[in-house]
Amino acid sequence: MALLAVDNLSVKFTRRGKPDFQAVDGVSFAVSEGEVVGLVGESGCGKSVTSLALMGLLGDHGVSVGGNATFDGIELLKLRKDAMRDLRGRDMAMIFQDPLSSLNPVVPIGIQVTEILTRHRGMRGEAARKEAADLLDRVGIPDPTRRLREYPHQMSGGMRQRALIAMAVACAPRLLIADEPTTALDVTIQAQILELLKELVDSEGTALLMITHDLGVVAGLCDQINVLYAGKVVENAARRNLFAAPTHPYSVGLLGSIPRLDAPRGEPLTPVRGSVNDNIDWADGCAFAPRCDHYTIECLQGPPALTETYTGHGYRCVNPVIDHTAPAVSDTEANS
Amino acid sequence: MFRFVVRRLLQLVPTLLGLSLLLFIWVHSLPGGPEYSLLNEDATDEQRAALRESLGLNEPIWVQYGRFMAKLVQLDFGISLQTGQPVLTEFFNRFPATAELGIMAMTMAVCVGIPLGYFAARYRGRFLDTGAVAGSLIGICIPVFFLGFILKLIFSEHLGLLPSAFRQTAGINATHPTGFYVLDGLLTGEFDAAWDAFLHLILPGLTLASIPLAIITRMTRASVLEVMGEDYVRTAESKGLQQRIIRGRHILRNAMLPVVTAIGLLTGALFAGAVLTESVFAFQGMGLFVYQATQTRDYPALMGFIMLIATVYVLVNLLVDISYSLFDPRVRVR
Repeated sequence: MALLAVDNLSVKFTRRGKPDFQAVDGVSFAVSEGEVVGLVGESGCGKSVTSLALMGLLGDHGVSVGGNATFDGIELLKLRKDAMRDLRGRDMAMIFQDPLSSLNPVVPIGIQVTEILTRHRGMRGEAARKEAADLLDRVGIPDPTRRLREYPHQMSGGMRQRALIAMAVACAPRLLIADEPTTALDVTIQAQILELLKELVDSEGTALLMITHDLGVVAGLCDQINVLYAGKVVENAARRNLFAAPTHPYSVGLLGSIPRLDAPRGEPLTPVRGSVNDNIDWADGCAFAPRCDHYTIECLQGPPALTETYTGHGYRCVNPVIDHTAPAVSDTEANS
Repeated sequence: MFRFVVRRLLQLVPTLLGLSLLLFIWVHSLPGGPEYSLLNEDATDEQRAALRESLGLNEPIWVQYGRFMAKLVQLDFGISLQTGQPVLTEFFNRFPATAELGIMAMTMAVCVGIPLGYFAARYRGRFLDTGAVAGSLIGICIPVFFLGFILKLIFSEHLGLLPSAFRQTAGINATHPTGFYVLDGLLTGEFDAAWDAFLHLILPGLTLASIPLAIITRMTRASVLEVMGEDYVRTAESKGLQQRIIRGRHILRNAMLPVVTAIGLLTGALFAGAVLTESVFAFQGMGLFVYQATQTRDYPALMGFIMLIATVYVLVNLLVDISYSLFDPRVRVR
């Protein structure tokens, strides 16, 4: 059984004077030990909200969470607050998007690392400091004993993200959720951070849920990829299958919009046209329809169902780019 | 650190120079003059003119200013026209009273305002929050002297709990080595005198505290609310830390930064309230003295007191800036 199984998760925000906003709408996926699962989509598609809902960090006001999420057999969404607090940081940990604002500016790094050791591993004083230095060393921060006394503003963005990763892995969690861990960093540092995450997953067998808008990131890291659009998974597949045979027009658009270094100079980039604001309600049809090149009138006959091929490639589209029901050319290609 | 302090103290010189010039022009352009307040009504015009002449008030204003500054650099602030005592002596007689009152007021404002603002933010939208917000609005709006009279009426006249005027009960005969009456009582072992002086501070302290208390409450509330939404608080939550640590270490410590700045500014601005408070409670401090000096056109006293108060203001703000760096490592002074 998977370590984390999310089944039909939905998150709704109630807003004063405005209609409710369905940020996550029936999302299902699973993450096993040692597996890296990607949650991919553009801003506002509900990927961060999904992760926050799983961690129990959404707050109490104006939020209603539905569906099921089990972590090692524990019902996460029905867990009491103090039990969730025990779980967080110890068994499931999270790395956030912006290392610049995710560290407390007025508390030394050392205390921010040791406090989690004190909380979950009962370590204090010299032992905690030593362990914290080891952790910083493990995530590739040079001169860790000195760094422990420093404040976040004395460290570079990459160093701060490493420090945050050190905190997240401090208690050897079984599940790590990384919410766009490289977005705020420059490209060379991005690669280093991804490499570090990969090493941690490989050496500890940690399950990693990778949230990103950058398909380049998932390409090198994820085993399984879920493409999210407007709160629903529109395509899910193993990495090779997705890159070889993207089926949902949105996935095709995402892949096509990656700038290529070998493209001729001056060639315009190919964005997915429109923006999330152009969506229609899933109840009325495919939310992506207004931005879709394959749009037909069938797209407006209610929400499209999830089609699954025998290779486990799922897509939610009535006019898929690749017809998996036709003689399985694309599937063999995908598996080659 | 040392260089920072020295630099700030050097900045005092141009500040005081500019202030003295403006102040001198302003004080001397007030209508009337000491010849009306010092001499009684039957004095003849000749007597008044003679007094003006003897005080050197008939000379051109820049000559008077030059003479004032020449004495000032020797730390001679002149003689008070009301009391005949050197201005500096008067200042040191009265400074402890106002300082004691100010410390009392700020202690009340900080000790009540910060917890109140914090809990208002924590229980946002509930009764405590609504009450604190409404109460602080009243605190800002209500005139200081009016609040003073109301408090006197309730606690002294009707309930008879607290003294309504002066710094100490008249017959108590205590010794005053420092001029801080509460401190004096504690130092000399006259604890009843210290307690008596403390009781005399409660109502004026409360009056003077009203505006800083309201502002500190509001600032704390707003700041805590803002910090609660910060990314690093979410990080702390994601680590599963105890609420106690999240609140103390991650929320409150950051939320205090703007409040500390505000406390510094409010401490400096306290003097304006002290003038009114001391008049209402016949509290023999600097505020009352400056008020009387304005009434009697006591030029040397006005000039001297305001210059000295400005110096104290700069020193208080220097202390606040230094303490700020204890809270925020990013502005740590070197």
